Amino acid sequence: MTSLPASTPFLSPRARPARVRLRAAVEWIIESILFLLTVLSVATTVAIFLILVRETWGFFTMRGADGQVLVPIADFLGDSIWSPLLSNPPRFGVASLVSGTLLVTAIAAAFALPLGLLTAVYLSEYAPQRVRSVLKSLLEILAGIPTVVYGFFALTFITPNLLQPLSSSFGTHSAMSAGIAVGIMILPIVSSLAEDALRAVPQSLRDGSLALGSTKAETILRVVIPAALSGIVASFLLAITRAIGETMIVALAAGGGVAQLTANPAAQVQTMTAYMVQVFLGDAPAGGVEYQSSYAVAFTLFAFTFVMTWIGALILRRYREVYE
Amino acid sequence: MTRPEASPTARTRSSHLVLVACALAAFIAVAALASLLLTIAVEGTGSLSWKFLTSFASRKAANAGILAPLAGSVWVCVICALVAIPMGIGTALYLEEYAKKSRLQGIIQLNISNLAGVPSIVYGLLALAAFVRFFGFRSGEKPLSFSIEWSELRVLAPGNPDSFWFVQAPFGSGVLAGGLTLALVVLPIMITASQEALRAVPKSLRQAAEALGSTHWQVAWRVTLPAALPTMMTGAILSISRALGEAAPLLVIGGFLMVLQTPTNLMSDFTVLPLQIYNWSGRPQEEFHRIAAAAIIVQLAVLLAFNALAIFVRQAFQKPLQS
Amino acid sequence: MRRFSAWYGGHQVLQSIDLDIPEHQVCAFIGPSGCGKSTLLRWVNRMNDSIAGARAEGSLALHGSDLLGRGVDVVALRRRVGMVFQKPNPFPKSIKDNVAFGARLHYRLTRADLDELVEKALRAAALWDEVKDRLGSPALGLSGGQQQRLCIARALAVDPEVLLMDEPCSALDPRSTASIEALIRQLRSNYTIVIVTHNMQQASRVSDTTAFFFEGKLIENGTTDLLFTSPTQKQTEDYVSGRFG
Repeated sequence: MTSLPASTPFLSPRARPARVRLRAAVEWIIESILFLLTVLSVATTVAIFLILVRETWGFFTMRGADGQVLVPIADFLGDSIWSPLLSNPPRFGVASLVSGTLLVTAIAAAFALPLGLLTAVYLSEYAPQRVRSVLKSLLEILAGIPTVVYGFFALTFITPNLLQPLSSSFGTHSAMSAGIAVGIMILPIVSSLAEDALRAVPQSLRDGSLALGSTKAETILRVVIPAALSGIVASFLLAITRAIGETMIVALAAGGGVAQLTANPAAQVQTMTAYMVQVFLGDAPAGGVEYQSSYAVAFTLFAFTFVMTWIGALILRRYREVYE
Repeated sequence: MTRPEASPTARTRSSHLVLVACALAAFIAVAALASLLLTIAVEGTGSLSWKFLTSFASRKAANAGILAPLAGSVWVCVICALVAIPMGIGTALYLEEYAKKSRLQGIIQLNISNLAGVPSIVYGLLALAAFVRFFGFRSGEKPLSFSIEWSELRVLAPGNPDSFWFVQAPFGSGVLAGGLTLALVVLPIMITASQEALRAVPKSLRQAAEALGSTHWQVAWRVTLPAALPTMMTGAILSISRALGEAAPLLVIGGFLMVLQTPTNLMSDFTVLPLQIYNWSGRPQEEFHRIAAAAIIVQLAVLLAFNALAIFVRQAFQKPLQS
Repeated sequence: MRRFSAWYGGHQVLQSIDLDIPEHQVCAFIGPSGCGKSTLLRWVNRMNDSIAGARAEGSLALHGSDLLGRGVDVVALRRRVGMVFQKPNPFPKSIKDNVAFGARLHYRLTRADLDELVEKALRAAALWDEVKDRLGSPALGLSGGQQQRLCIARALAVDPEVLLMDEPCSALDPRSTASIEALIRQLRSNYTIVIVTHNMQQASRVSDTTAFFFEGKLIENGTTDLLFTSPTQKQTEDYVSGRFG
């Protein structure tokens, strides 16, 4: 490295050059620290995966007093009954929990996806500026509310004021009540991300369509929404992922700890997440087969959300339209 | 032309129908928010009192208060902020300012967006293994512990659990483990928000500094970071608000006890507001629902204050980068 | 159009314009930036409706029927008055779907009719030979000039009487410009074309009549030959001879 000339016309003769070698060392140290931080956050995923694999493996290899494997994988995947605490011998058919999760998610999606998309269209295409900014901040409030509050809302408002007047078949807990609450929770995710996608569609496309004599609605349905489709689908997938992993709402509103394979929205169901809550709240002794089963359930849950996120990323990457 | 025309008036009418449907959807969203807030206000305001804020939990709803969860939430969120904010900004700096646009960087990026999709309860399992149990370190034995006695300038081992300077290994389910757990949950959000803030800094600013002979870090530290900081702080405050509302991962690591004291050190047992709300909401008795609603009001007030802070920060410190 | 004025918010952009546009000819609007010529064009098919604060007074008529009234069905109007924009704006769909877009809205068509229509429109826009083998491929994959001709084909496919062109060549290279200009001259026999342009050579090459606008006023209007060779107004002379603008 060359050192600076002793003085330049602008510098006082007393000014000394900065210490170049020290500077390079500092650069190296800082870059290393930042790199380590990055590695640490990446390690999180790996660690989650490893722990889930190890503990799930532990669950499937647990042996009873007679040396038999307690829960073979075939039973876990094939049995239709999940009853680890009440029946003897305990039954571990994860399908019941998965169906509970899917039922709640389907109800939430049926509620939130169309409503969220329509809201997004209203915000992006119709709403006057002032209405839009007010509406957006209201949706932001909705997005900021802790999920446990939605659980409370399901129990104290949705069930007694919306569902029970409708049909006497609704008890305190139901998949419907939890599903609607989860739907309200994911609504702002859909509306805000879908709105971003819609607004990214250039105005020139709308003009082009209008100039051909299409109505505003035809423009939206045939040009704007198709052009923003990848972003809209990604927002749907993210919302569904959040619904699958949602815990506190379903733990409060979906059921009282009984898993069953059903498609009846008025029925009590247990989701994968709600089962984990039940275990970790201390209903099952640590180290026992019930306790260990929560890891196998968590692994299943992780697999679901991982695949959803992955598909979402793929769609965004493959189909994103790039506009000037 | 012999082609039959689709009726323009019918088309105009159906166009109006779409507008009505969209406006209706937006209205339903607002109505949901309104009925939620109204329900909580009606149920909860009656139970709000100074005594409610300063009492511990109780078997009787009338005597119960939220001092322990309130204190717990503050402790846990401070720890979470101290860990997640620097880590998030550091990672974002590396990814945006240092990492080459390579395959590896693509994988890291995908990884971070994947992390954002992991259900928070699953983070609880990682935290349980890593922070609460140290992956099985000294399992079955008493944890290694020590505390510092500043007045006598010596280290006690085993430590005094009443001292503020008390640490044990593994951590167990104390506030430190709770804060670290929440840091895990919000880290991806913090990283993404910081990355977006850094990306918004115009390239010309960086090039100007580089052209003056600044080193890489000097550019990042003195030019890019200050320019991105207001946006980053907004992201940070949103991350911490998210942490304030999380219950599931803390439930997994065991922060769900009938806690009758406020934390005294990093290893103290704790509970947080969302867990207390969960506990009370889940009970069948109506009077517990009322205090749950009151606790929700406190929770929402804290969140609102936090978000007001976010808006204030955004407006106070956001200097225009380009005229 | 008679005594036509237009505003954006409080700002008046056009002042009392009186202008007749002859049928089956090409009329060019020229003038410096901001003189209101594009605004006028966008009023003819009511594209300004979607801009907040835009309003107009006076009268604007097509074959004697008023275009500005509240009762006017803009959808039907825009079927009769097509428009081509400054920048090519094909939809992110296939070439065929782009051309068929408008026709599908306005008519109920069989598949065979549609195919025939697409071919006719593409032939009219002199694009058929270049794209006939890849009608299903995305329109965004075409070159700029091809995209603009596709947009013209798209406008022709709804069978308009008038074609408005808002600086259709300003985003294109000289070769594509030449092909669009040739196309405009061809289309003249069947359509009434109004073209806004910054480029005076272009106006003189393609148009039959020319209208010169300056600061929201119509300064001069006449056949293109006359306006360029012997303008009656000083401002027109200055502009066409390149002294300002």
